[in-house]
Amino acid sequence: MKSRTDAKGPREKGKVLVEIKGLHIEGYSDDRWHEIVKGVDLNLNRGEVLGVIGESGAGKSTLGLAAMGFARPGCRITKGSIFFDGRDLIKVSDAERRRLWGSRIAYVAQSAAAAFNPAHRIIDQTVETAIGHGISSRETAEKDARSLYGRLRLPDPDRIGERFPHQVSGGQLQRAMTAMAMSCRPDLIIFDEPTTALDVTTQVEVLAAIRDIVEQFNTAAIYITHDLAVVAQMAHRIMVLRYGKLVEEAPTRSMLKTPKEDYTKSLWAVRKLAKPEVRGSDSILRIQNVDAAYGKGLVKVLDNVTINVPRGRTVAVVGESGSGKSTLARAITGLLPPLKGQIHFNGKLLPPALATRDKELLRRIQMIYQSPDTALNPRQCVRDVIGRPLEFYHGFTGRKRDAKVGELLRLIEMDERYVDRLPNELSGGQKQRICIARALAAEPDLIICDEVTSALDQIVQEEILKLLLRLQKELGVTYVFITHDIATVRAIADEIVVMHQGRVVQQGAKSEVLSPPHPAYTELLLSSVPEMDPDWLTNLLVKRASTQGNSSARKAVQTS
Amino acid sequence: MSEASIKAGEVVARRTMARNALRLLRTAPATAWFGMIVIVSYGVLALFAPLIAPYGESQVMGDAYLPSSTAHWLGTDQLGRDMLTRLIYGARNTIGIALITVLLSFSLGGTLGILSAIFRGWLDQVLGRIVDVFMSIPQLIFALMLLSIVGSSATNIILIIALLDSTRFYRISRSVAMNVVVMDYVEAARLRGENTSWIMFREILPNILPTLVAEFGLRFCFVFLTISALSFLGLGIQPPTADWGSMVRENATLITYGKFTPLLPAGAIALLTVAVNFVVDWFLHKTSGLRDEK
Repeated sequence: MKSRTDAKGPREKGKVLVEIKGLHIEGYSDDRWHEIVKGVDLNLNRGEVLGVIGESGAGKSTLGLAAMGFARPGCRITKGSIFFDGRDLIKVSDAERRRLWGSRIAYVAQSAAAAFNPAHRIIDQTVETAIGHGISSRETAEKDARSLYGRLRLPDPDRIGERFPHQVSGGQLQRAMTAMAMSCRPDLIIFDEPTTALDVTTQVEVLAAIRDIVEQFNTAAIYITHDLAVVAQMAHRIMVLRYGKLVEEAPTRSMLKTPKEDYTKSLWAVRKLAKPEVRGSDSILRIQNVDAAYGKGLVKVLDNVTINVPRGRTVAVVGESGSGKSTLARAITGLLPPLKGQIHFNGKLLPPALATRDKELLRRIQMIYQSPDTALNPRQCVRDVIGRPLEFYHGFTGRKRDAKVGELLRLIEMDERYVDRLPNELSGGQKQRICIARALAAEPDLIICDEVTSALDQIVQEEILKLLLRLQKELGVTYVFITHDIATVRAIADEIVVMHQGRVVQQGAKSEVLSPPHPAYTELLLSSVPEMDPDWLTNLLVKRASTQGNSSARKAVQTS
Repeated sequence: MSEASIKAGEVVARRTMARNALRLLRTAPATAWFGMIVIVSYGVLALFAPLIAPYGESQVMGDAYLPSSTAHWLGTDQLGRDMLTRLIYGARNTIGIALITVLLSFSLGGTLGILSAIFRGWLDQVLGRIVDVFMSIPQLIFALMLLSIVGSSATNIILIIALLDSTRFYRISRSVAMNVVVMDYVEAARLRGENTSWIMFREILPNILPTLVAEFGLRFCFVFLTISALSFLGLGIQPPTADWGSMVRENATLITYGKFTPLLPAGAIALLTVAVNFVVDWFLHKTSGLRDEK
């Protein structure tokens, strides 16, 4: 291992590694070329971690890939230069580029589950590049991979490589992918949203592992994310991108303390949205001792869940993936009749199965989904999407229906000009607004919001949350708000239900749940939410190690 | 360049269907144009056969096997009927029957396929196994067998081939519908309380239509060839109705004399098959989201 690093010469910190000048990239869509990256300069020194943040569509990923000299199919680099270690990656031959990829530049994708080949063992995929580039023999590469697994704090590093990708968790797979990228000790690694798909509690471990290993090998990295708090932990320097242009660039600490541009400031302000809680008395939905399971009752996904939802208030259901949040929504809507227990709605027993509920009852409970892309039929225009519940529940037709659609559009801060648009002609935030309007069209008592802001950019998230709050004030509708994001909970909830492995761990008013003392799981969950403090991760790991609350975090600090 | 792109928030005038179609046509490659022109001319011939054809469909005009002349551009057949007239009427019969057959099998297979995808469970299992049984028997032999049992009339041909061919539509519509039924908007419709036909025809069908239309074109070729083959074997469309398959058979002996007459209906079959395939290829390419790497 040592000889390998020596062969390339010592990795001097501070020498320029990547230099991008005046980069323009175009993408092909709708039979036209559009400029995605519009003249961006980027400098990266050896051993430095550069954070690139921006909304979706800002050109972050395109820029990240361009740093490898790669343009996705349907994209082309039109202008500019990309120097990597003194060579212009645009001008070198394809063969030369391929020699650099994997061995000196590596890439870690957002979804490790999609990036691994499910038919091969993890270790075979980890060592593939090192062997393929002729850097080492299979034996040494495998030995090295096992030591990397150890450094990345994967459990049982000697044997985990023998497993197939589906046999390990998402967070472990993401770390295995980092090991894969590290196998050739590259000079540069591009991390493209590596923790976005993970739960907060898992995210902490992956972040700590990535940060350590990058530092140990003195690797330069470009860390692409939309999450400010994450980038604050990882990067030495931050670049803010918008519409393919650079907005601001500064060292992490000064950027966090004194952002200069308005756009950057607005990004920073988003997380401060908070709503004073209001207690409710009259209950609209009472869930009592509900058990639910998929299939023939093998594993209980909901275990003795009891929740009370007050009328006109917001109850936030918080938990990691697999905690049973979404199953709870399915039990309420009747898609998954509970095995045991009862649900009362408006004081009356709710028929368990969807088919046994009448139209009036269906109208009163509406749902908004996480991803507006899949929640809107791509072949129905806005008029049909919002108009259908009006017609179906209230019998509005023709001009009356159109007038009502216009009314609803104004309610969600859009207007009649959008009625003829198809979903793909709307932005993500607009699509989610249409989904909200569709739910409101039914004039419901209760709206179940399943992660409605998770797929959106931060600024758009804030707008949607504000809209939901305003609608609640005006219309008195009740929300059951399912989310994994604590910042969202602060912004919208009156009461909080914390779920873990199908059980309710804690429930109560927002102020109670969010202030200590917490039950152990709530504590873990709350402390894992990244904060906008560059020292947050370090402090957290130290604290966890000293309280010995979390064994993997303890190990993390010991090994580093 | 980016200024021209549709930005979120900016309101664009609704693109009408006609304008969309025009835009699509402008980008069509030469092969697709060729295919479309051939199909349209076949369609015109078929629709206006009595107006275009110089003589009656089964009118005997003179001696058998006359060579081409000014009176009979393509000569006469084995009974002395005008070959050109027979070809034009043949378009009407063969294409007409094939089209009705495909429409029938499309609606049958498509409906059952989407139903299977929606309900899964035993319905899916039962339908799936029946389709397996049907598909395990070679289609032409199965059709021949059924036709010899029930007798060969145009109606019987249509029904039998439609039934046998609907298995293909069933399979493809089931598999594409499977990808759509899991979408949230279908669940949203279900939660709204919509009935099955709304979910089938308003939520699912519009989203799988491009694939099915492409399949429609391909199946049309196959059905058309099957009918021609059946006619050639004598169990298809019965004389005196003009039909390309039987025309090939009836005049087949001429081949030994070096005459091109039997090749004409065969060529007509081949040309239409190629044309439909060209159009389908282009359509599939457009709708599958495949992109030319540029």
